[in-house]
Amino acid sequence: MTSTTPSTSVDQQRAEAPAAVDRDQRNRRAQRRQLRSRLTVHGVLGVYTLLALGPIVLIVMNSLKSRGAIFDSPFTVPTAETLTFDGYLSVFQRADFVTYFGNSIAVTLISVFLTVVFGAMAAFALTEYKIRIAPILLAYLAIGIMIPIRLGTVSLLQMMSQLGLVNTRTALVLVYVAMGLPLAVVLLSQYFRQASVEIREAARVDGASEYRVFGIVLPLVRPGLAAVAVASMLPIWNDLWFPLILAPSDRTATVTLAVQQFIGQFGSDWNAVLATLSLGAVPLIVLFMIFSRQFISGLAEGVGK
Amino acid sequence: MQRGTRLAFVVFLAPALLVYTMFAIYPIVDSLRLSFYTVEQGQLVFVGLANFVYLLTDAFAAPRFWNAFVNNVQFFGIHLLVQNPIGLMLAALLTSGLLRRAEGIYRTLIFIPTTLSVVIVGFVWQLIISPLWGLVDTPLLGQESTALPTLSLMSVWQYVGIPMVFFYAVLVNIPRELEEAGRVDGASGWQIFWRVKFPLLAPMFGIVSIVTYIANFNAFDLIYAVQGASAGPNFSSDIFGTLFYRTFLGTGTATGSVTLGATVASLMFLTILVGVALYLVFIHRRLRSYQLAS
Repeated sequence: MTSTTPSTSVDQQRAEAPAAVDRDQRNRRAQRRQLRSRLTVHGVLGVYTLLALGPIVLIVMNSLKSRGAIFDSPFTVPTAETLTFDGYLSVFQRADFVTYFGNSIAVTLISVFLTVVFGAMAAFALTEYKIRIAPILLAYLAIGIMIPIRLGTVSLLQMMSQLGLVNTRTALVLVYVAMGLPLAVVLLSQYFRQASVEIREAARVDGASEYRVFGIVLPLVRPGLAAVAVASMLPIWNDLWFPLILAPSDRTATVTLAVQQFIGQFGSDWNAVLATLSLGAVPLIVLFMIFSRQFISGLAEGVGK
Repeated sequence: MQRGTRLAFVVFLAPALLVYTMFAIYPIVDSLRLSFYTVEQGQLVFVGLANFVYLLTDAFAAPRFWNAFVNNVQFFGIHLLVQNPIGLMLAALLTSGLLRRAEGIYRTLIFIPTTLSVVIVGFVWQLIISPLWGLVDTPLLGQESTALPTLSLMSVWQYVGIPMVFFYAVLVNIPRELEEAGRVDGASGWQIFWRVKFPLLAPMFGIVSIVTYIANFNAFDLIYAVQGASAGPNFSSDIFGTLFYRTFLGTGTATGSVTLGATVASLMFLTILVGVALYLVFIHRRLRSYQLAS
């Protein structure tokens, strides 16, 4: 549009003045248009964020209010008159939430740790050594991504009762490690393949053992280890199925199971119900906010690759 | 290969292979085997396909099974048609290039429901739509016609973060030059999304669909938490997961059966296998030829 052919200087001057005005106007119009689209994008995402967080905020807010206020004005923040911790007090009196949190933390941490360690060892072996069955073994381990381990529950419960592991946290850990390994091995194999070959070869030339080489390469795949750890954590913490079937006893119950079981018992004690829900939700939300970057990249890569 | 490295190969692989084989693969295979047996006086007796015939044709059992199957298809359909378009829209807006620092904040906040336990999500929504709070007058979870769609939408609300993140992962990796080339040619953001970015998302639609399919045909927690094992009212929200639980462990009135439970699991396995096979044969292959052609 502004391509004035350089013929004579007079022509050029005449052409440039309106061109500058024209460009100015176009810039302003473009800016206005961009501002409008920016506002639209913020508007839509803002509304959706409200929809995503509103229900959670509502529950936490009302868990801190007196019974009357929960029903009279559910959509206001607790004030000095309506603020109460009754719900939390009755939850802690009637249910041993410290034990349940301890169980969830122990089961989740140990399962995630073993998944990462075993997964890294297997991924290292499968990518490092040129052995003919390596691709077959990798495919075998990857089957578990497609086929949910829940389908073996009938047999798992029989096996656990033969091993005397029903109502133990060990049973949960064993199942969760088996459940987490497929994704861990597949994901970490990608990271190990990208790790530098020179470092490993240099270490071997220096006479390092295979185990030492593994120790040297491991720090290079740290982002992968973090992604696997964070991505395998949520399904374990949030699982209801296996705690319900393999370890439902009061001594071994996880938070997720306890919330499910206690809500029914509290009946119409709404303060206790809301407090139980908040106790179940808030710790995980805080943890997620801290690790959200690793989590989302881990999840995205797990499927992208 | 040297003996030392061969030993190392075995040592590195053994723990993963052992745990995975013992507690994932063996139980699934053994459960498939159990579905061909029945228990008589404490002994396993081979009965061929009798359990399958019973579940699929018996006057009492078959309606339950087909009801759960149809409900599960509906559950999946709602996820596919509601969750994926919303996830795509959110991902497209996040990567529109208009957000700067707010991009990460929105992404994290919108993903929060996905991190919650299904149990909590179920109760939170149960409270919000309960007539007690007066937001909704009709008992959505208490009516046969609305229970399952309501539960499906609760689940969509929770899991929309997953397709969002998957689509997002593709969109952020599209080279800036492609977009700028379009802009220089005078294309609007809308046109750039549909003409430049959308075709690159095609493989992700396949992946998101199959991931949703596997998760949905294996779902249990939400229905159980909100409606209990009998997935009421009158089994209108019964899906494979709750049917499996009842058949295996029984409910208040009926006793459970190990072998029939295993048979339901085998039928779930078959359903998932058919889905995965269809995905691999049709979608995956077509995508590959599409990529080769373009």
